[in-house]
Amino acid sequence: MTAAAPNYELIQQDDLETSLLEVSMGPHHPSTHGVFRMDVKLDGETVVDLKPVFGYLHRNHEKLAESMSYLASMPFTDRLDYFNSMTNNWAYALAAEQLIEIEIPERAEYLRVIMSELTRLVNHVSLVGFFVNDLGALGTPLLYAFREREKILDLFEQASGARMMCNYFRFGGLRCDVPEGWLDRTREVVDRFPKFLDEYEKLLCENEIILSRTQDVGNLSKELAISAGITGPMLRASGVNYDIRKVDNYGIYDRFKFRVPYSKGEVGDCYDRFMVRMLEMRESIEILKQALDGIESGPIMGNAGKVFKPAKAEAYGRVEAPKGELGFYLVADGTTQPYRYRVRPPSFINLTVLQDMCIGQQVADAVIILGSIDIVLGEVDR
Amino acid sequence: MDEGLKSELQKAGIFTTTLNDLYNWGRGNSLWPLQFGLACCAIEMIATSMSRYDLARFGAEVFRPSPRQADLMIVSGTVTKKMAPQVVRLFKQMPSPKYVIAMGACAISGGPFKQGYNVLKGIDRYIPVDVHLPGGPPRPEAVLQSLNYLQEKIRTQDIKSDPAFIEGRRQYPVPEFTGTDLEPPYNPDVWQPPANPNAPAEEEATA
Repeated sequence: MTAAAPNYELIQQDDLETSLLEVSMGPHHPSTHGVFRMDVKLDGETVVDLKPVFGYLHRNHEKLAESMSYLASMPFTDRLDYFNSMTNNWAYALAAEQLIEIEIPERAEYLRVIMSELTRLVNHVSLVGFFVNDLGALGTPLLYAFREREKILDLFEQASGARMMCNYFRFGGLRCDVPEGWLDRTREVVDRFPKFLDEYEKLLCENEIILSRTQDVGNLSKELAISAGITGPMLRASGVNYDIRKVDNYGIYDRFKFRVPYSKGEVGDCYDRFMVRMLEMRESIEILKQALDGIESGPIMGNAGKVFKPAKAEAYGRVEAPKGELGFYLVADGTTQPYRYRVRPPSFINLTVLQDMCIGQQVADAVIILGSIDIVLGEVDR
Repeated sequence: MDEGLKSELQKAGIFTTTLNDLYNWGRGNSLWPLQFGLACCAIEMIATSMSRYDLARFGAEVFRPSPRQADLMIVSGTVTKKMAPQVVRLFKQMPSPKYVIAMGACAISGGPFKQGYNVLKGIDRYIPVDVHLPGGPPRPEAVLQSLNYLQEKIRTQDIKSDPAFIEGRRQYPVPEFTGTDLEPPYNPDVWQPPANPNAPAEEEATA
């Protein structure tokens, strides 16, 4: 029991004395998406104050990267957001490729897009599964999601040798070419995916329980989202049409025709965030189809040289990761190691508005709001 | 009992067993893991319990959110110094007999993050680990195999002599996170630092 939070009046009922209850949710909590802690102050069921506590998975990513060569950090970037190793690789490769002049072969660019969009499918499909799991639908949607995830992970494994930690990108291209027949197998998976999405949407999108639990819960206004630096599906759910794939046109994204789903309403609730991700999967499939049609054989590695030793320079490379803007900032001092290495993690910055979204909501909804932000603690704590 | 006689009796429809075997059979085939994820390996642990790999075939699919209802702790991922006290506390809260699988290189030794200032160099410094499962992260098949190894280990246990049964409440003190390091650095009952082969001889050290 604690004293009342400032600027808050307790509800007084006749002669009953009420006080606030402080609850520490986490770091071991079945639905906090990793080792994350929320210190919530409750008035009955209502959240009055919320303080996020993190650092339980601080693995010294940036410090380690400053003490090793540029390329040696590549496997460590896999472990930032461990659902999306491919997009993490790409963001880091983009930053490093700005430090040296290097031509990336056509086939490598296409494969980068294919891998990145497959990653987006993996992330969104698992996120929706976990999100519905938080709502209380234990099992079925997550089982469906993981069934589809395994099919895509098989493709990653055939290409790179690892299921999750692919370590597939290199400065100037890719580590190795995809095996024979891989593109056909990918096309098969991509062609079947919409059928699964139809089924998934039918199951979830108009579900009475999901509608009543997520609509008008955890609202995030457009103004707050912009001023807090929110990116990715969460920003688009608040009604801002902003996608780095369209803004920067990194890689060869300007060659593909795709739409950016964003919420037309100004609410920005959990349902919007859920729906933006469902719609984004459809667009990823469109990009994948175009990329699989356009890809031609050729080299997959530019002439990068054996030792990566850039001159004194600074570089910032960013991609539209499934969770938002993932950026790497590198300061080179003319040696084989970066002088400063900084990650701009989308999950961490999206998490900053958690308090604003949760205050005034029910405590059970705080779990859903956290789930709809889509955090991965490897990236939040680094 | 003689194995031949045992199989002869089985043919006649009579099953004989010992209390030990019956107890271990039941325990090994219904391990309830703690629903507890730390890092990357947790996703592979979840994948193991999902559709394709189906941990339920081995009787270990009932992930319990509460340590009071769990038998098995899968330490899935990097244990940082800030997180280590909570891991030990959760282990303490589990009822005995309890088992630990250290999943992934990070949980075993710190793995690729070993050089980091905030990473615990192996969870076996504080809690007794039954199966070390290497990999970064291990494949779901490897998780299944580690579970099979653990079941085999349980089958050979003896109720009368196993320390988990006769020692009663073994103590696992929760380390304290001082902001830079953990105090004490390890639990001497569980883990001892290996002898340093390069250490100077004693007379040299005193001289």
